[in-house]
Parts: sequence; structure tokens; C-alpha cells
Amino acid sequence: MEVGKISRVAGPLVQATGLKASMYDLVLVGEEGLMSEVIGISGNKHIIQVYEDTGGVRPGEPVKETGAPLVAQLGPGILTQIYDGIQRPLPMLAAASGDFISRGLFVDGIDHKKKWEFKPVVKKGDAVKPGQSIGEVQEQLLIKHKIMVPPNLKGGVIKEIYSGNFNVDETIAVLDDGTKLTMMHKWPVRRARPVTKKLAPTIPLRTGQRVIDGFFSLAKGGTAAIPGGFGTGKTVMQQTLSKWADVDIVVYVGCGERGNEMADLLHEFPELQDPRTGRPLMERSIVYANTSNMPVAAREASVYTGMTTSEYYRDMGYDVLMTADSTSRWAEAMREMGSRLEEMPGEEGYPAYLGARLADFYERAGRAEVLNGGQGSVSIVGAVSPPGGDFTEPVTQNTLRMVKVFWALDSKLTQRRHFPSINWLDSYSLYDLDLEPWFVQNVSPDWNKNKRRAMAILQENAELEEIVMLVGSDALPEDQQVTLEVARMIINFWLAQSAFHPVDTFSPYKKQFDLLASILKYRDYAFEAVQKGIPVAQITSVPSKDALAKVRLEAEYEPILAKVLAQMDTEFKALK
Amino acid sequence: MTKEYKTITEISGPLIFVEKTEPVGYMELVEIRTGGELKRGQVLDSSDEIVVVQIFEGTGGLSKDSAVSFTGDVIKMPLSPGIVGRVLSGSGKPRDGGPEIVPDVLRDIAGAAINPASREKPRAFIQTGISTIDGTNTLVRGQKLPIFSGAGLPHNDLALQIARQAKALGEAESFAVIFCAMGITNEEAQHFLADFERTGALERAVVFLNLADDPAVERILTPRLGLTTAEYLAFDLDMHVLIIYTDMTNYCESLRQMGAAREEVPGRRGYPGYMYTDLACQYERAGIIRGKKGSITQFPILTMPGDDITHPIPDLSGYITEGQIIVSRELHRKGIYPPIDIRPSLSRLMNSGIGKGHTREDHRAVSDQLYAYYAEGNDLRGLAAIVGKEALSERDKLVLEFADKFEKRFVNQGRDEDRSIFETLQIGWDLLADLPEAMLTRIDDKYIKVYHPKYAASAAKK
Repeated sequence: MEVGKISRVAGPLVQATGLKASMYDLVLVGEEGLMSEVIGISGNKHIIQVYEDTGGVRPGEPVKETGAPLVAQLGPGILTQIYDGIQRPLPMLAAASGDFISRGLFVDGIDHKKKWEFKPVVKKGDAVKPGQSIGEVQEQLLIKHKIMVPPNLKGGVIKEIYSGNFNVDETIAVLDDGTKLTMMHKWPVRRARPVTKKLAPTIPLRTGQRVIDGFFSLAKGGTAAIPGGFGTGKTVMQQTLSKWADVDIVVYVGCGERGNEMADLLHEFPELQDPRTGRPLMERSIVYANTSNMPVAAREASVYTGMTTSEYYRDMGYDVLMTADSTSRWAEAMREMGSRLEEMPGEEGYPAYLGARLADFYERAGRAEVLNGGQGSVSIVGAVSPPGGDFTEPVTQNTLRMVKVFWALDSKLTQRRHFPSINWLDSYSLYDLDLEPWFVQNVSPDWNKNKRRAMAILQENAELEEIVMLVGSDALPEDQQVTLEVARMIINFWLAQSAFHPVDTFSPYKKQFDLLASILKYRDYAFEAVQKGIPVAQITSVPSKDALAKVRLEAEYEPILAKVLAQMDTEFKALK
Repeated sequence: MTKEYKTITEISGPLIFVEKTEPVGYMELVEIRTGGELKRGQVLDSSDEIVVVQIFEGTGGLSKDSAVSFTGDVIKMPLSPGIVGRVLSGSGKPRDGGPEIVPDVLRDIAGAAINPASREKPRAFIQTGISTIDGTNTLVRGQKLPIFSGAGLPHNDLALQIARQAKALGEAESFAVIFCAMGITNEEAQHFLADFERTGALERAVVFLNLADDPAVERILTPRLGLTTAEYLAFDLDMHVLIIYTDMTNYCESLRQMGAAREEVPGRRGYPGYMYTDLACQYERAGIIRGKKGSITQFPILTMPGDDITHPIPDLSGYITEGQIIVSRELHRKGIYPPIDIRPSLSRLMNSGIGKGHTREDHRAVSDQLYAYYAEGNDLRGLAAIVGKEALSERDKLVLEFADKFEKRFVNQGRDEDRSIFETLQIGWDLLADLPEAMLTRIDDKYIKVYHPKYAASAAKK
């Protein structure tokens, strides 16, 4: 390993001579050994971004190579951790340096002393491929951690394999070429982990939220964006997703967020319960917290670190949900580094490669056939915080070009106490057609048909409301008055969902479908009645309509719904 | 004795370029002697041959013969309990004729980030005595809540009133106040100091003054000195600290000036690309640390250029701070003090500091209801201007009247009027009582039965 010398220090950027390091290699800068990364090479000079504060660092101090890029430590012990942007556990940093984060600390991403019980799943003489699982560790009560041959090795034939209690540095297996395998390996965070094959997004990610599953569904391995303006209910939304999405692992990356807000999250997240198992949600979660005043380079790295751990669990065959909050802060970190490097800026001072970087990141999402066989997925929900709420700014625009789902959180809806506050006119999902076969096969052939009917009603409703504002609803023709009423039912009985009601907080697919179908059935009855010349006041005051509103609060809803529908039939037949 | 260099090769604006032979650290403190005068500066860029130094006291009077010495250390703030009650310059030198601070400790003014895992969630209510803050945009200990204002508005009076009146409910001890003035006029500074003296607040205050005619570069130091002092008082001496800095806009202008002098690639509107991080490094020094008694609460004041809230300074601030208090020109013109417009104002930490055990159980509901009808009343003003008041429905007329009364009675208060949270809620209820009870849709019946003036007397008897 070469040791170079600092020739210039300016903010988080350092130049050094006498190095042989490659691009994106990790180097240790100065006497204190500050974690840094090579981000440019020019002549005999290396340009280095430092992940820590550089006050007091002088030219002439050494720069040590590590021979490897910024890596994440991957092995048992990652779950339940709270990390900074470069995978240093925050509680360990607090133990090492107190309440304020000091410099030059090196803390392992996972505990190297803890012993885990390793159970082999292959035996001596078996041939193993890269990425193949050779054994298992019970990492958490409900999560089995698969120990895999690192994908960057070439595999071979198992010469020795042991079972028993080991720490992550001890050899658990030896290959025929003498390669010793441990339970931990390192992976460069900026490089996507390989998979056998990426799969099409044909399976929905169930969230139990009617507005999401029913209208704007996300596929497993899909990408979604939410605008994170204040007062839009972003936090509640993220917690609901973490709790209810049918994924095995939840990775939360707080990138450039507020310290007090992270404190809130770090206090509350460990208290959330996994509603399906009753276990703490934290047991299947990983949190990265890099607040806005922590070094900007580490903020830039945090989304990659988060992504690498997400991919690692995907490779075990798990479904992972990664939330990045917020990608705008990440883009801002890129802008800052770009301006320090004196790069020619693109739009609004962001680097010209902003779009490419965002694309690279979102491309690492997806459902895939993993090297170990079987399937896993990483789905991304990225929050964007457009400055001044202006959606035409580059980060939002570039993000919207990449992601397939947009959940337009709307502060007007939160003010009206309508939750989830996803605006049904502005949101979209491009997975609509990809997911249709799944819904046809597993729920109903009419899934998409009903969805489109309901959306058309809401669209018409929006247009009618403008007229109502001017002339009042009484002036509308009768069929349009019925449309207003049906739209109101869709909004209040179906799109609105209480996160705090024990039953309503999670709505299975079949129930979502049945409820919407029933509302549409009411619409058909109502239109028929209008044709017969029955006054609107009578149509909208049938008691079964109000009974329909309560069905969503029932767990065993099917007999109740059948009764309500039968009642509706009788009532409409009786209208004269 | 450190080496002295007489090797300045270039002086450009607030920057000097010095050739040197020894290695010099980034951010190191630099002393420059010229004709008996001592100036101080900080290293912004250090390479093998040359260093770039920003001079806090301005480069006036410097020449190529000026002697430059590097102190070998970053800038540190001398701190001791005796600092309370002092008036210092924007670069931390005594300005009150008193002696230099004899330090117990020296602290790096850059400040390290608080480990998010060591933070305590802020939840203790602070009573400012101002209804529009306590009632509808509640401040909690450890919060950073900026005042977004405009030129010519009474934000300074508001800040002073907060500094005077802020207290934790049920606790006798008041806040230590740190006041950082950046680029304000001598007149404004006088006003602040006179008020501090009048009310005796100076005894528990530390004042940093960088006036409009003081060097702009010095302004970059001022908030850092203030915050370093705040951290010392809060986390070493267990005090609850309230820090007010005015005006952040001047601070950001200084950043831009420095950026331009260094020929950096500018970001939005010419402000440097790192302004977000730079501001975050100031604002994020608010908070509470688990297991420590003290706290730091911040009140940055910034004037929005052209009252434009999407300008980079308020915009970036808003993304870091936990809400904002908006001072409105319209209300000010109507003669209402404090002219706080509650509609765009927000306190993100309000929920954790109000309700049972903090203020009163009906607080959230009352606040929501006031917000709802004030917002609606404001919308109706527009309509009334077009179609005339007479054309409005009875209900709309009531709401319209409510908005007017809300401004006159709830928003408007005296400069020395210190309302308790219960008085504030009472005014809220009195206003709401003028509306039919059926219109109070945001308030739970059980609170109406207890706190509505109609029932309050009989409820109190029970």
C-alpha cells in the first residue's frame, strides 16, 4: 500500500500526491486517518473527498491507501442497527466519542466478537457457485440469515465446512483452491450486486392501503416517489408502509434530515410493532441516519450504503423495501461536491450527471432471480422535497422520469383530515398493465375495469365540482348529481382509510375489490332509477348506502356486505 | 514564537494569498500584523506553496509587507461562566469595555454534529406569552423556529419580547439568552441593548454584536461563536439557552461574498452550493442531549428579500428548521402587533409539546378550529370584496366576522403583554363561542362541555 502526501486542503476536498489508488478507492487522510474516497485523478494528483470535517488538516500529512473502495460489511448483525451514512453504528460512535461525533473514528459495521450459530446447508465435496448459500444463521427470531459465497469470488468445491458457533471473522468453510470463507464479506457500495436475471414487475407489493393497492399500486421491485413537503403526512405514510407492506426487510435511509426528526424516528421506530407477528418492527429493519449537519460526503454515500445492504438481503431471497428520505438532500450533496470540484454546473447548479446518478440508483431496484436461486426484490420509495414546492426543478423532474409510481401527497387533504393524503387525480402508477394479469388471476378479472370506472367517476367529479362552485349542485342534471354522490362515496368510503382503526388499517385485496364493486353497483342502481324518473333525493337517501360505509370497519365483512347488497336491491326495487 | 511571513502575494477583497514554507492546517487561525494593528483570519485553502486566508477585520490597511503568522490551531472560543452578562464583538472580543474572557475551556467553534442516537426528543412546552406562537404554533425546548420577516417589519420587537418572556411552564428559572447580531444597524443594536438593560435581561445574556459597518467576513464567525457559547452553557453548565440571531440574510450575503471572492462556481442566485450544509451546521446545533439537563432553542431571524419565501435563504432554512413564524406585511399595515400570519406559519414539533401533561387537553382541537375558520374567513374576504358582504350567507358572514375579531383579539397584543397559555386558550374559546356550537366541528364534544364559555362556569363548579 502506498502512502501519499496531502498537497492541498479546501473544505471536504483534499488533493494528494504519491498515490496509486484507483477511482472511488477508500483512503485515510491525515494523522487522524479520516475516512475519504478518491473522486478524481489528474496528473500525479488524486482528488479526495473526506467524509469528516477537515479543520486543522495540513498539507504534508500522510494519506494511506486501503486498496479497496468504500465497502459495506455484510454479515449477520446488520438488522436492528442504526448507522450513519458510511455504516458506522451510531450507538457505537456515541460509546466511543460521546454525544458529539468526533473525527477519525473507525467502527465496524457489524459486531466482530458476537458468536452466531452457523448451520451448513452444503456438505464436503459439494460444488458451490458465487452467491450460493452454504449455510444459515438465525439472525433474528423470524429472520434467517443466509451465508453466501461472496458474488465476487469464483466458487469451487467445498473442502471443509464446520458447524457451530463462530464470529464473523472465523473460517466456516474452505474451498478446494484454499479460499477460506467467513460469515462476513465486504462489498463496494457503489457497485450493484449481481443477479442471475432481472424479472419483470408482475407481482404487486401489497400494502393493504386501498388508494395504493387499488389505484396506484407499486410492484415488487418497483420504484415510487413521494413529494415530502411539510404537512403532507409523509411520516405517517412511511410508517404505514413499513408496517404493512408485504416485505421481509425494511431499510430506512434518512439522508440529510433534521436531527430532532431523526431523534423522533429513532425513539419511535423501535416501539413500532410488526402487526403480523407481534414482534418489534426493528427486528427486520435497518436505519441509516445522516443528518444535514453531518459531513456532506457521507450524506452522498448514504443512499449507496443503504442500497447495498438492501441488495444483500435481496440476494438471500427476501423482499426488501428501501425508503430514501430525501433524495433531494442527496442531490444537494452531489451539487455541493460538484461545485467544490469546480465542475461546470448544469441546471440550477446541479451537476450535469445528476440524471445519470439518479437513474443508476433507481436501476438498482427490481425483482430478480438471485444467484442463490429463488427470487428476491428491492423496492424503493424515494421522497423528494422540491424547493419552494416547485415540481419543475431538476431533482423532481429527473426522479419522475425514472420512477414508475408517483403518490402525490397533498397538504390540502391532510387539512381536510383525509388520510392517506394521496391525491387521486395527480398520482399515477405505470405498473397498471404489468400487474393486471396477477390481479385477474388472484383477485378478479374486473380489477382494472372497476379501477378505471372509479377513476373516470372521480375525474368527472372534479370537473363537475367546478361548475357546482359557480351555480350550486341543484342546478345540475340529475345523473350528474348522482355522479357527485358516487364520487363522494368512493372518496369517503373507499379512498379514506384510518391508520388507527384496528380493522380498517389493513384492507386485503378481496375486500378492496368487493367494496369498490359494491359502490359501483350502487351507481348502476342509481342510474337505472334516474332513467325511471325517480327523484335524486330518494336515490341518495336509501339506508343501504350508509350501511355500506360501515362495512370496511368489519373484519368478517362478507356476510355483512351480502346483506347490505340484498337490502340495496330491495330498496331500489321499492323506489317509485 | 511562530514564524512570521512577509510573503503576501495577492490581496483580493477579503482574501489574502500567502506563500509559506511550513504546512498550514485548513481552517487554522491566522494573525496578521500591520502597523501595530492585529488582524485575524482563517485559512480557507491550504496547499503546498500557498494558503488562502480570509481576514475577519477586512483587508483595509494590509500590504505586501504585513507580517503573517500561523497559530497552528483552529479558531477556539474562550469560555467560562463569567461570559454571561458580557457584550462581545462579532469575532468574540469584548465590546463592553470589560476584560478579556479568562477561559476555563477553549472550544473549537466549528462544532461537531450531535450524534442522532444521543438526541432526546424535544417535548417541553415553552411559553412565550404570545398567543399566535403559544396557541397555534407552539415552541418546544430544543426546537429551531425561525422568524421569516421582511424589511421594515417589527421582527426585532418580536424577538425581544420572546427573549423577555420565554419560560418553561411551572418552572421558575428563565432562559439564558444568547443574542447574535449580524450586520444590523447601530440603531437597532442600541435598541436591543437598551431593552436588555431596561428589563435586566442582560444579566443572563451573552451578546455578540457585528454591526452593519463591521467587516462582512466577521459575520461568518458570529453565529459559530454564539452557538459554541450556547453549547457550553447548555451542556456544561446545565442551562436552558435561547439563542436569537438576526439577521441570517446578512450572514448568507457574507457567504456569497466570500464565495465570489474565491471565484467559486455559484449555485442558485449566486449563493454558494454549500449554503444548505453551512446553514444546517448552524441550525442543527439546537436540541437536547439525552441525560443532560440543558437545552438549546434557536430563534433565527431572517428578512426575506422582496418578501419572497422561495428565495434560497428562506427556502433552504425552511428545509432545516422545524417550522417557521411568518411576519406579515398586510397585518402590520392594519396596525396589528405582532403581525404574525398563522396560516403559512408552522411549528413542526408542536404536537409533542401540547395537550394533556404539557398545556391543556383541548389545545390541539382549539388550535385546529381557530386555524380552520381564520383560513376560511380570509378566503371569504376575497369573495366579499367581489360580491359584497350582503350577498354572503349568514354562516359566511359569521366566519368573516370571526376572522376580523381573531386578528384584533387573538393576534393583536401589547408589546409587554405576557399572556399565559391559559389566557390564550381562553381568548380562543371566547372567539369560538360567538359561532354556533354546531359549527365547532373540529372540537370533541367532551372538550366543549368543559371549556366552552357556555358550560365552563357550571363545569368548573362540578
